[in-house]
Amino acid sequence: MNIAVLIKQVPDTETVIKIADDGKSIKTDDIKWIMNPYDEYAVEAALRLKEKTRGKVTIISTGPQRVVESIRTALAMGADEGVLVDDPALEGSDVFGVAKALAAVVKELNPDVILCGHRAVDYDEGQRGAAVAEMLGLPHIPFAVAIDVDDGATKVKVDRPVEGGKMSLEASLPVLITLGGAHAIWNPRYASLPGIMKAKKKPLATKTLSDLGIDSSEVGPDARKIRIISMEMPPEREPGKIINGDLDTEGKAKELVRVLKEEVKIL
Amino acid sequence: MAGGVCVLTEFQDGDFRKVSYEVASEGKRVADALGCDLCAVVLGSGIGDKAGVLGKYGVSRAIVADDERLANYTAEAYVPVLSEILKELEPDVVLLPASLNGKDLGARLAAHLQTGLAMDCTEFKVEDGTIKAKRPLFAGKCFGWYEWDSSARPQIASCRPNVFERTVVDEGASAEISAVTPAVPSELKVQVVSVEKEEGGKIDLTEAEVIVSGGRGMKGPENFKMLEELAQLLGAAVGASRAAVDAGWRPHSDQVGQTGKVVTPNLYIAVGISGAIQHLAGMGSSKYIVAVNKDPDAPIFSKADYGIVEDLFKFIPIFTEEVKKAKG
Repeated sequence: MNIAVLIKQVPDTETVIKIADDGKSIKTDDIKWIMNPYDEYAVEAALRLKEKTRGKVTIISTGPQRVVESIRTALAMGADEGVLVDDPALEGSDVFGVAKALAAVVKELNPDVILCGHRAVDYDEGQRGAAVAEMLGLPHIPFAVAIDVDDGATKVKVDRPVEGGKMSLEASLPVLITLGGAHAIWNPRYASLPGIMKAKKKPLATKTLSDLGIDSSEVGPDARKIRIISMEMPPEREPGKIINGDLDTEGKAKELVRVLKEEVKIL
Repeated sequence: MAGGVCVLTEFQDGDFRKVSYEVASEGKRVADALGCDLCAVVLGSGIGDKAGVLGKYGVSRAIVADDERLANYTAEAYVPVLSEILKELEPDVVLLPASLNGKDLGARLAAHLQTGLAMDCTEFKVEDGTIKAKRPLFAGKCFGWYEWDSSARPQIASCRPNVFERTVVDEGASAEISAVTPAVPSELKVQVVSVEKEEGGKIDLTEAEVIVSGGRGMKGPENFKMLEELAQLLGAAVGASRAAVDAGWRPHSDQVGQTGKVVTPNLYIAVGISGAIQHLAGMGSSKYIVAVNKDPDAPIFSKADYGIVEDLFKFIPIFTEEVKKAKG
């Protein structure tokens, strides 16, 4: 089975976000970059499919050379090859610009299954998977928490959450699946030391837009469908009140009940 | 009819999901600000004349596509149907719920129509005759205001559940219903095999008015019974920190935070949660926050409106009793 995984590099979730001086982007100095956690689940899911079907896993991403590190991480986990589309014209693209580049790489690979996180923990637009699938004319299934493939590798079975329950779906191949769930569901494997050594020798190609036959006018900030006009920090919360420390436990409980009744008004 | 605002509703198991009314209400406010009409598109199965109720929220006309094959959402079945209807309507603005299905539908629909989508919005404003949308970035660590390029129509935005107020504008009104024959593709590659709902109609965290959440301080899965009892009294959903989920104490669907669910309840009670930055991002927009923690220096207290410095194992049972008394 031929599997493609789309990954994105994002600021570490520990990052304290600060708005840049232009008022519409974030300060990127001192940011530690990591693989988007949901994409890491996708890498794990891909490796499990590979183990079952003796397939091949290709990691695809866009961005500057720092993204190589995230691709190498996926290769060290066990993926086979990487492709990075690094082209200055892509900078400032919206999801469609990025999806064009990703879809062009995927098309050349002609995979059976394409996996990616259902969202990235940075701008959280949640559209990359659907956009790539649309460009390739493929169906997609969102929010997967379990993926299984039949013995002949002809179709996949996917579980996804619905509000208050779950849904099971089946799809013929090729199909794009976006990953949901949480770290505890997928438990992505760590790269082993031998894995890290091997990863250094695995093929990692860098491509430009012209390599992929994409005109740079189709991507970049001017091609955006929506754009950020300003950013703001969340409203400051009033300093909280610590419920009187002189009260005993019962006193504090009574006071909190009063608060819920009179101020929050839920009792 | 070209122009105007169109809302997409969510019709499931014989009725509208609550978020549909929130989206219709916000749609009405946007339509009024733009000085245009509000219509709704209802996809599902067994809708009958139920779409009339949307009139109460200001929807003048509801386009209804009632088909068994639309009973359960898949993008593959829904997008062609909607796309055909929207081509006819040519709205300027399309609002839909940022529920699970709504998030997915919005993404695929925007890609199909090659237009811009603002995902999971928390506020809209109309300036100079066009709409602007505010949405959380980095799970709420900051917010961005967005505008659409003039080439991007319709302007699609999904609305975060629990944020927009439901407003009945005319109790006696009923939306005019136009039934259409949906263009469901004859061959679908994605099939729904089964849908299982948890017993007792569990409230989803993203839609809960009140959340009682437990963290590492709970010490083990068995202690969550305490929170479940309290939650039941408060009509709340139970959430968890990543530490509690990673430890295997709670299902992943309970996880609140930057890599879990971002929630905006009226009241969030954090019990035994120290308040890692990722967790604070996921619940920091709650209207009221109560924190119970024995460590007075826990970062959670910086976000809490009300802090209780107590051992949770001592405090929660007593508090639960007091809530019982208060409820009579």
